Amino acid sequence: MGTYRDACKSGQFVVSGEVGPPKGTNVARMLHDIDLLKDKCDGLNVTDNQSAVMRLGSLAVSAEIVRRGGDPIFQTTCRDRNRLGLQSDLLSASFCGITNVLCLTGDHPVVGDHKQAKSVFDFDSVHLIQCCKKMNAGTDWEGNALDGGTDFFVGAVVTPEADPLEPQMYKFACKVEAGADFFQTQAVYDMDNFQRFMEQAREIYAGTDVKMMAGLVVLTGLGMAKYMNRAVPGIFVPDALLEELGSVAKEDQIKKGMEIAARHIAFLRDNKVCDGVHVMAIGKEEIIPEILDMAGVVR
Amino acid sequence: MIVASPKSITELKKLIAGHQKVLFAGCGTCVTVCLAGGEREVGIAGYAVRMARKLENEPLQLTQVTIERQCENEFIKDLAAHVDGVDAIVSFGCGVGVQAIAERFPDIPVYPGLDTEFMGLLEEQAVWTEKCLGCGECVLAVYGGICPVTRCAKRLLNGPCGGSTEDSCEVDPDRPCAWQLIYVRLKNIGQLDRLDDIAEPKDWSPSWHSGARKVVRKEHRV
Repeated sequence: MGTYRDACKSGQFVVSGEVGPPKGTNVARMLHDIDLLKDKCDGLNVTDNQSAVMRLGSLAVSAEIVRRGGDPIFQTTCRDRNRLGLQSDLLSASFCGITNVLCLTGDHPVVGDHKQAKSVFDFDSVHLIQCCKKMNAGTDWEGNALDGGTDFFVGAVVTPEADPLEPQMYKFACKVEAGADFFQTQAVYDMDNFQRFMEQAREIYAGTDVKMMAGLVVLTGLGMAKYMNRAVPGIFVPDALLEELGSVAKEDQIKKGMEIAARHIAFLRDNKVCDGVHVMAIGKEEIIPEILDMAGVVR
Repeated sequence: MIVASPKSITELKKLIAGHQKVLFAGCGTCVTVCLAGGEREVGIAGYAVRMARKLENEPLQLTQVTIERQCENEFIKDLAAHVDGVDAIVSFGCGVGVQAIAERFPDIPVYPGLDTEFMGLLEEQAVWTEKCLGCGECVLAVYGGICPVTRCAKRLLNGPCGGSTEDSCEVDPDRPCAWQLIYVRLKNIGQLDRLDDIAEPKDWSPSWHSGARKVVRKEHRV
């Protein structure tokens, strides 16, 4: 397999997957997921204390993906480390052969399992992108020379269904200006809305090499879809999809969700809406290969 | 104004357990205005604690004095006449007042009667909201007079996170998203172009950085 960066540069439709490190040291299931997905996807995101729940670290798991011959996308949030810690971890990532970094603000501790923790947020995601670029240019944030720089392919996120969208687009523009190479979006389900978003996004990143990956979280049931709509800001599941999921028996809804995801992948690819997809099946990674098969993604 | 909240009677009782002769010291400035530590609140707390101790056969000899301001030695000295023989002081001032009294009376234990909350604004009767962290380097000019350092849960300087909605912050649905407020405000005053420039990370060295700060204004020194 080539690298995620190569895939992005090649102009082919890019597919990334995601693994979530466990809460503990029992890594059997996660390693199984990594081995299952590493050759089916161009890159594998590794979440960083996702949802502010303390887990095995994304740096160690990203390094393990490198060892196993995959290409990790190292998620790094600004929540838990100040600018010293972030940069040190970025050097460690480079040392471990990790080249893709996804720069995130991070969920607030209050939504996680250590609610009394002091959040850091010394940098924001825009600063983190700038920082990766500075390290690529051979200096740390303060401009001090590095004895050996980095070569990161730097990613960021954007929420196409943010309501209202305007402030989000200002931030998107800052991230483009900061030098982001690629974007993975928050989960999108309404393809019309997403196409409209992409028109706006393209105006902002015109003239750059930015690659846009649509985030797709597989709907595993009607209940989950309704929950996402109700409880997750920036996610909108249209009524038509809710009806489609609800049209089959509960045990068949996951299959329907997989069909929807595959249909969206094919739509985005065939209509050249964006440059790729980032497919997430939070906790059900084993269904990803079948979805990619259904969408006709061949690696 | 500094906003504070009263500690419960149970907490107050616990703080002064073992002490027989106690001074409750109120403060006539911020904490009086925010209904936490003025003459009235000290009177009510004193009455309740005294009653509770009496019921437990642990009678308490209590003096209650409210001075104009606990954050200035000029006023703290007014307490001196009341501390003779007391074996503890409970300050109903903010955290500054507690420490100022402790410095002034080094041989007497001084306990806090309030939880000091923040610098804030009275929004409506008995509702205060935090507006300023006192970070030592004001950025309000950039953000239309709305402070992201204080009012954004993630202190973000370059736009909202993905968790906010038009109405609320992801951390507390009852709190507006500071970035929505900033966006609307900048739009209203025709300064949205301020968001075109990437803001540098906050320089924390003037604040929260290396211990307590000190301001010396030389031109006013005598």
